[in-house]
Amino acid sequence: MAKAKTRRPPRIGEAPVFRNSMIVIVLTLVALVIVAPLAVIGFEAFSKGIAYFAKTIANSDTRHAILMTALTALIAVPINTVFGVATAWAITKFDFPGRRLLLIIIEIPFSVSPIVAGVAYLFVYGLQGLFGETLQSADVRILFALPGIVLASMFVTAPFVARELIPLMQAQGRDLEEAATSLGASGWRTFFSVTLPNIKWALLYGVILCNSRVMGEFGAVSVVSGNIRGQTNTLPLHIELLYHDYNAVGAFAAASILAALAVVTLIAKVALERRGAGRVRRPSLAGTAPATSETTP
Amino acid sequence: MKIRLDTVVKTFDTFRAVHGVSLEIESGELVALLGPSGSGKTTILRMVAGLEFPDGGAIYFGDENATDIEVRHRGVGFVFQHYALFPHMTVGENIAFGMKVSKTKRSATEISGRVTHLLRLVQLEGLQDRFPAQISGGQRQRVALARALAVDPKVLLLDEPFGALDANVRRDLRRWLRKIHDELGITTLFVTHDQAEALDLADRVVILDKGKIVQSGTPEEVCRAPASAFVMNFLGDANRLKVTVSDEKAQIQGVVFDADGIADGPAELFFRPVDVTWREDGHGIQATIARVIDRPDSRRVLALTVDGQSIEFDAAPEFPFRAETRGFVDIRRPRVYPA
Ligand SMILES: Nc1ncnc2c1ncn2[C@@H]1O[C@H](COP(=O)(O)OP(=O)(O)O)[C@@H](O)[C@H]1O
Ligand SMILES: [Mg+2]
Repeated sequence: MAKAKTRRPPRIGEAPVFRNSMIVIVLTLVALVIVAPLAVIGFEAFSKGIAYFAKTIANSDTRHAILMTALTALIAVPINTVFGVATAWAITKFDFPGRRLLLIIIEIPFSVSPIVAGVAYLFVYGLQGLFGETLQSADVRILFALPGIVLASMFVTAPFVARELIPLMQAQGRDLEEAATSLGASGWRTFFSVTLPNIKWALLYGVILCNSRVMGEFGAVSVVSGNIRGQTNTLPLHIELLYHDYNAVGAFAAASILAALAVVTLIAKVALERRGAGRVRRPSLAGTAPATSETTP
Repeated sequence: MKIRLDTVVKTFDTFRAVHGVSLEIESGELVALLGPSGSGKTTILRMVAGLEFPDGGAIYFGDENATDIEVRHRGVGFVFQHYALFPHMTVGENIAFGMKVSKTKRSATEISGRVTHLLRLVQLEGLQDRFPAQISGGQRQRVALARALAVDPKVLLLDEPFGALDANVRRDLRRWLRKIHDELGITTLFVTHDQAEALDLADRVVILDKGKIVQSGTPEEVCRAPASAFVMNFLGDANRLKVTVSDEKAQIQGVVFDADGIADGPAELFFRPVDVTWREDGHGIQATIARVIDRPDSRRVLALTVDGQSIEFDAAPEFPFRAETRGFVDIRRPRVYPA
């Protein structure tokens, strides 16, 4: 307590009134904006009992929506993972013309509203669109079918993996890869034995983020999927349909599945961050090594 | 393996980092590339390794033109400035890496036998299962060397090998590197900005300035006959006085020095602080003592000439310091360079 009595001029933001009101405002906002809605989902989903919850989930349209979401993630996430790793590898380990441009382009999906992406896909693949007639005559369905949903989801989540990897790989530099090749390793060998082990946690983190976004994507998918019950709607779209049907419990039950996925993601994220992913981390030896005094023979 | 660089040029974007460098390294020779930071040393070393490709000129390994051979097939051992040890592999795995990826297949027992042998060579027996983060800087340096040697390179290339280590470790390690070089007889090129290190370790020193070779020779040759004012300055402490040359004689305050082959006009006189004798009576350049700095084995005296140019020289620890004392600076081994 002696400490509190020593008079020193308060630093900015240290005045008790200011500090306390900030804390109250933040906590209130968190409660109202984040915690309350999530709590309501859980509460409402089970409001008519577990049996009713199970019945809603077992509904064939809901099951189909879950399947669609899982299928979309199963296709889009691996493709985007490979894309992200390749992009990050190219951008950080090689010099080529257009490198800076690529760095900007892969950020576009982050800054563009997903609905814009959806509409853009309509223009490209829709009947009146660029490839519409060609596709129709070849009898290939992209829009209002799984391929369209996957494409839209991929567009929205394209940067997730690369964004996680680029800062880390930039900080790691090219020394390790150069050392490996100077020892005679091929490009593949270098990637799998040297690069990958040093980025694996960040990569896993990127994949998890990508996955949760693919599963939760609404805007872009709603434009391209047609939202046909039992055929082309994913879980987020299905929740909206249920809600418009005044089936609140059904909507909340379906939503609780998505929320549960989010919680799993969060737990994985925290676990991975403990292991150093998502943070730029250079193994201590590779940067400036601390000079150690020792006697060498 | 003999290495030859023939007017090698390297430009980054618009910046020319290496200007037509030609250099020969005899088989088994230990050569130091010495120069200030940014003089192009690393770039040259990386071109020899194949980590960077020259825009002009050629690099020969023996009689073979190696200019376009990529690094993985060039057969060089490269030791990186910050070691670049693989952090997720143990010391033993780091050393074995090159043998495992090599095209010449070796059995597991052969590899582990060689790892043990190399660990003994670099005096790190027993550290095999440590990770790089668990050993000291000097030990990492030696692991990096063992890893580079494991693939039987034709040439060993080291970039500022002792740059990140403290002074005592540096001195021990460089003597040790010399010993290893003499044992293995491998052609070695190393880069440093530390003249003491280059002179201590190398058979021959190649001095670089702004991407050009300014002098090359044995440590004795470059020390005794620096080719230019830059080399004179770079190799060690030097005093510089403005002088005037006429008829191949340099003149300052009536004192005359030989200036063979120097054109008439203003020039610069250089001499080392140890090459000065302070005299109380009329022989040498007149000066006034300004300050003294004490060192363990001598005193460094700062003096000013009559026309305000400063001179530093080393004197015995007994040298009495009296500020404002007037006297004369008698110079041994003066060197005159064009201004
Ligand atoms: N990859 C690069 N891109 C652009 N400039 C470079 C690159 N590598 C080196 N340089 C420049 O070339 C010059 C020489 O660099 P370097 O060979 O590293 O010098 P040293 O090793 O002697 O300190 C420096 O001015 C440096 O900025
Ligand atoms: Mg360098």
